[in-house]
Amino acid sequence: MKIREIASTVDGMILCSPEMADTEISSACAFDMMSDVLAYVKDQGALVTGLINPQVVRTAVMVDISCIVFVCGKKPTVDMMKLAENYNIVFIATDYDTYEAVGRLYSAGLKA
Amino acid sequence: MSADCLRQEYVVSGNNFASAGSASEEVKSTLKKLGVSSADIRRVAIAMYEGEINMVIHAGGGVATVDIYLDRIEIVLADKGKGIENVELAMTPGWSTAPEDIRALGFGAGMGLPNMKKYTDKFEIESEVGVGTTVKMTIYFH
Repeated sequence: MKIREIASTVDGMILCSPEMADTEISSACAFDMMSDVLAYVKDQGALVTGLINPQVVRTAVMVDISCIVFVCGKKPTVDMMKLAENYNIVFIATDYDTYEAVGRLYSAGLKA
Repeated sequence: MSADCLRQEYVVSGNNFASAGSASEEVKSTLKKLGVSSADIRRVAIAMYEGEINMVIHAGGGVATVDIYLDRIEIVLADKGKGIENVELAMTPGWSTAPEDIRALGFGAGMGLPNMKKYTDKFEIESEVGVGTTVKMTIYFH
């Protein structure tokens, strides 16, 4: 699934690195604890999270996640977006909560 | 340190949570340039990042010394923080002494040290209360 399709599946908006929106992503994970991302991530390309702070981006960089979906209408800060742009990471904001966002993505074929 | 080794040293600041992880990012990018496999880079990145975060959360910062050889990377993380009372307990997955404000930032789930051990080929930790903690990690490239 392309990143832009992830955005449309969660009725979300792409906030940064739009030039990467055609990148193919085959699997995703959902965590609020970055500790858990580092402990349990396999090789998922997208992260669904409700956490807002710069370490979300740093964690994504470490594990090669190229798309982060922020749930519940939460918006990342400008600093986070600048950091994400440096690493070509796409931010998507959705009003859905984690359960709804993940359910929609899974139903649309994005694997765990 | 021998001639076939590339040494990098980083001071990890203890009072800037936002910048924690920048040393790990630099090491990750160096390894990429050197052509190390992405699976090995990921192991290095996770182990070192966990260590950096630990030094920021628990020890007021520290120094990371990274030696890159053709077949491996050796990482030494040294701090002069408060030390760990019971290292065995600290190695237990889920056991955490991180304060609530750190958990609110998404860390302190008690997976840091276990994770560092899991992703490395050699893992040693020495700690003395009131003196500090030194972690030595080796990861071989495949």
